[in-house]
Amino acid sequence: MTAVELPGVDAAPHAPDDHLVLDVRDLRMRYGSVDVLHGVDFTARRGEVLALLGPNGAGKTTTIEILEGFRLRSAGDVRVLGVDPGRGDERWRAQMGVVLQSWRDHGKWRVRDLLAHLGDFYAPYATDRIRRPWPVDELLDTVGLAVHAERRVHQLSGGQRRRLDVAVGIVGRPELLFLDEPTVGFDPAARREFHELVHRLADSDETTILLTTHDLDEAEKLADRILILAGGRIIADGSPDELARRVAGDAEIRWTRGGERFVHAATDATGFVRELLRQHGDAVRELEVRRASLEDAYMALVYEQESGARVGAAARVWQTGDER
Amino acid sequence: MSPTGAAVRAGVRRGVIELRNTFTNFQDLWNYFFPTAVLLVAMFFMRGATVPGTTFSLGARTLPSALGMGLAFGGMLVLAQQLVVEREDGTLLRAKATPNGMLGYLVGKITLMSAVALVSMFIQLVPALFFLDGLRVTSPAAWFTLAWVAVLGLVATLPMGAVIGSLIENPRNLGLVMLPTMGLVALSGIFYPINGYPGWLQAVAQVFPIYWLGLGMRSALLPDGLAAVEMDGSWRHLETLGVLGLWAVLGLVLAPVVLRRMARRESGSRVAARRERAMQRVV
Repeated sequence: MTAVELPGVDAAPHAPDDHLVLDVRDLRMRYGSVDVLHGVDFTARRGEVLALLGPNGAGKTTTIEILEGFRLRSAGDVRVLGVDPGRGDERWRAQMGVVLQSWRDHGKWRVRDLLAHLGDFYAPYATDRIRRPWPVDELLDTVGLAVHAERRVHQLSGGQRRRLDVAVGIVGRPELLFLDEPTVGFDPAARREFHELVHRLADSDETTILLTTHDLDEAEKLADRILILAGGRIIADGSPDELARRVAGDAEIRWTRGGERFVHAATDATGFVRELLRQHGDAVRELEVRRASLEDAYMALVYEQESGARVGAAARVWQTGDER
Repeated sequence: MSPTGAAVRAGVRRGVIELRNTFTNFQDLWNYFFPTAVLLVAMFFMRGATVPGTTFSLGARTLPSALGMGLAFGGMLVLAQQLVVEREDGTLLRAKATPNGMLGYLVGKITLMSAVALVSMFIQLVPALFFLDGLRVTSPAAWFTLAWVAVLGLVATLPMGAVIGSLIENPRNLGLVMLPTMGLVALSGIFYPINGYPGWLQAVAQVFPIYWLGLGMRSALLPDGLAAVEMDGSWRHLETLGVLGLWAVLGLVLAPVVLRRMARRESGSRVAARRERAMQRVV
């Protein structure tokens, strides 16, 4: 499988796979006469962290809501934890967690009461492998709300409230977790703590996580694989590194010599610099080598999709890079 | 334990927690005591007047009628209002994201509404007994009648409240239900007997549960002689059972369908859209 897929390239018939937690084939969604999703394909294995990126209006939320079973799709073959989300029952529901953006619901509840109450619904779905629900005190510790356990929800700050949202999402020890823009409104410290939590969930509990975000840095830190959704299709699917390298294979080298500025793009940056220094030695100043970042890749891919062309990716990557 | 059993138990606990929470903030306490205070003051000043054609205190006649009205309000309007508000703020979506959460949510609401109805009755009844005479509060039969009227009243009004709450999307439209209900209270003989009203107005009043809840409560707490001033000169228990029973059946048939349809449509983006609208309202 290539790291960066073109839509329609991977059209080979696909065999059902028990290890796939998410299996989405040719997912289509149409509102009235407007097509929002034109055939979305992707899969996720157990314990994988997927980041779904894309411009506003690309269909990220629609996709997630279809997978959560909150919205019926127009067409396509979708399996979530082996079940069609349009027909998921309560047992299926108990295996997944949804982190919702809360606002002012349950404002009069104490944090501990709310988590204990919601946990009660999961108790009948405990298995030998997964004990459900997550014990409240442990959970409060995990999300860093232990000192606020007795406070009312409406007294929490924005960041504390988002942590509570995460706690509610994982109280049933989900095998699959949906996070829609989880760190909006987090300060840097809360963001880092949250990232550690996601790593812990994915590594030790083998939770599969699908998150959406606009923060490319966050996607790069958290995700094993990045999906870029634009124009109703997955236009790229691969690890952050792979994406950056595939789309913008060249590194950019800048230097000055004799007061003049030079910019050069090269695939073998190290070799180019070695040659440069050998030729000009001390005359080379302000040397700078910049690898293509995920952001460059993202901008290039989305730009291409939106302009309808698919040529000269790298050139445009540097164009956008220079404007900054 | 079966998942459904666990959800029902969690729902009852939910109702108890929510009830406890209503005693911890000013807004909820105000909702308990303000209408009660207004009614008590009204009854206090009506205590000297008499029911037409009798020597019985009009204030004492109003108390049981008001208890009936309170049940109808609590069952229909307050539940409807909570459903609309909690749909807007995402409480329902949370329930939907939880296994059997909708069942737990509804059981919780029924528990809460029933408990609030009891509390409200209690805080009206007890102070009123200090200045109103002639109520049959020592008779076991009175309490038995009060109990079945109250239970049947809740069964008749709660599902309809759920239906109304599911059909209204915007909290501002709650007024559309609130105003006609107020008019209905005036028609339903809560504060004054309606024997003098034109026949068609009496007929309209007798279609809805408020009239029958008032009548049922009067039949429980007033002396038997007072039946003479009701329509037909009787407490009409069979008719009360019949009309409230019909509302109960209608509600119990409609509510699951309407609630399911409403719940199916809930999703994160819908809640977000409502939040956006509500924010614009505030500004």
